[in-house]
Amino acid sequence: MVEVAVFAVAAAACLAGAIGVVASRNPVHAALSLVGTLFGIAVLFVAQNANFLAAVQVIVYAGAIVVLFLFVIMFLGVDVAEDLRVEPLGRGQRVAAVVLGLGIVGLVLLALNDADWSVTGIPSVVGPLSGEGPDINVLSEAIFTRYVFAFELTSVLLVIAVVGAVLLARRTRPSEEIVDPGQEQREAEITEQITKAAMQAYGLEYKPGARPPGNGDEEAADEAETEEVKA
Amino acid sequence: MLAELHVTPAWYLVLGAVIFGIGAVGLLVRRNPLVMFMCIELMLNAVTLTFVTFARMLDDVGGQATVVFVLVVAAAEVVVGLGIIVALMRKRPEATADDVALLEG
Repeated sequence: MVEVAVFAVAAAACLAGAIGVVASRNPVHAALSLVGTLFGIAVLFVAQNANFLAAVQVIVYAGAIVVLFLFVIMFLGVDVAEDLRVEPLGRGQRVAAVVLGLGIVGLVLLALNDADWSVTGIPSVVGPLSGEGPDINVLSEAIFTRYVFAFELTSVLLVIAVVGAVLLARRTRPSEEIVDPGQEQREAEITEQITKAAMQAYGLEYKPGARPPGNGDEEAADEAETEEVKA
Repeated sequence: MLAELHVTPAWYLVLGAVIFGIGAVGLLVRRNPLVMFMCIELMLNAVTLTFVTFARMLDDVGGQATVVFVLVVAAAEVVVGLGIIVALMRKRPEATADDVALLEG
């Protein structure tokens, strides 16, 4: 009776959260609905004696991944409601998506309905789950013996992911790669000096601060030349 | 009648299938890349729930060990995916999944 109640509450949280993710207009609401689903699944993990995985689920998913999502939403400032009525691909796309989703669920349910639940072949290929001690002992023994190579590979994967994220998040415009705070001021000074020299060479009066329309000395010289011709 | 009701593993599998279906529909329907990414997380979680259920059904620790690796891969995937989304949204804040070509070059 208790397990039915636990399952019902957790499943309701999962489904409500999942529908909230899909139907929320605001990305922040979608992220918070995702937390509901993740907590519901953590409760279902506990109900199935996967206590360590439930803890990891809450810590990694709700604690890290959803916070990362919210961080990106806030960082980009995209926490505005979007209009869900806009359908760029036409009405048929949404109908097709729902039909496909129902198809996926229906096929899985059909397979479950037809399934022969008796275990064929060798049960407990990797090792029995119901050994001595809590589930974390059994799980860690499997990870650090049989799956130790895969476990080491995950560290490589995480390093690659971090390097990739740094590369992606970096601004790659070459003009901004070298930041020189006084560059604009110095450029203006040099332009002024060249303009002054060019105008003095043509015997014109130079007013400080009056910049020619162009940037370079050639344009300034051309302009000065035309003015001289007019004079 | 309720007292005789027991939670069989099939209940968990059905719930996993339904969550996976909702995530798949969301991935197809939504255009905001962030929300699409959350739908992928939904589908991943549905599959981890299925793994844990089968681990209990077959009394095999392999299912739970796989879930640990799925969690690690999901973390790496989120880091890289959000990096791509940040790079995309920086170019155009209202970008949708159709604008990923903006990142070309």
